[in-house]
Amino acid sequence: MAVPKRRMSRANTRARRSQWKAAAVALVSCPQCRSPKRPHVACPTCGTYNRRQVVEPSA
Amino acid sequence: MPKPTKGPRFGGSPAHERLILANLATALFENGRVRTTEAKAKRLRPLAEKLITKAKKGDIHNRRQVLTVVRDKGVLHHLFTEIAPTFAERPGGYTRITKLGPRKGDAAPMAIIELVTEQLNPVRTTRTAPAAQAAPAAAPVEADVEETPAAQDETAEAPEAAEQTAQGEKKDEA
Repeated sequence: MAVPKRRMSRANTRARRSQWKAAAVALVSCPQCRSPKRPHVACPTCGTYNRRQVVEPSA
Repeated sequence: MPKPTKGPRFGGSPAHERLILANLATALFENGRVRTTEAKAKRLRPLAEKLITKAKKGDIHNRRQVLTVVRDKGVLHHLFTEIAPTFAERPGGYTRITKLGPRKGDAAPMAIIELVTEQLNPVRTTRTAPAAQAAPAAAPVEADVEETPAAQDETAEAPEAAEQTAQGEKKDEA
């Protein structure tokens, strides 16, 4: 099995990990309650999708 | 060569997968809506719609075929006598999937799959637009002033029709 010959430097490790980035979640405003929600997903605040009540509002 | 099933596989074996989907279909016909993961909802939809199509035909052969999936005879009766007649006019698209976002715990994307209960409003294709445009062009300017309120009315109606078609499309997508 292939194994590393040399210890990887801190700089190389950190340079690689600097690319581990979290992407911001895309948000749109709910047409019903104006609160931010994810597109194509029922609003978690008012529980509507396309102004149609899908689920009971959570919290 | 048989075409592979669309979507992910569930359970540990084909028998387990059949059981998962059969139980989901039974729960859907029993309760009208099921909250499950997006992947399972997407696999359930073609199965459930094929069962409803069989239920709409309603003869004894189709009933026995549906009984191989929906084992519960009470649910089977409910499907054939109450659910199927409500879809008599609807040419497919009996279920709707609405996404609910990630689940707490494992962040699995959740969805609700439900039987469509809304009244079917058929899509109206209007060919009046070319005639309305031709009339002001032929008519003098005074007639054009009279035409504009009618045109506004048409434009006011047009978004509603567009919304209805959009909702219809959304239903198809969901």
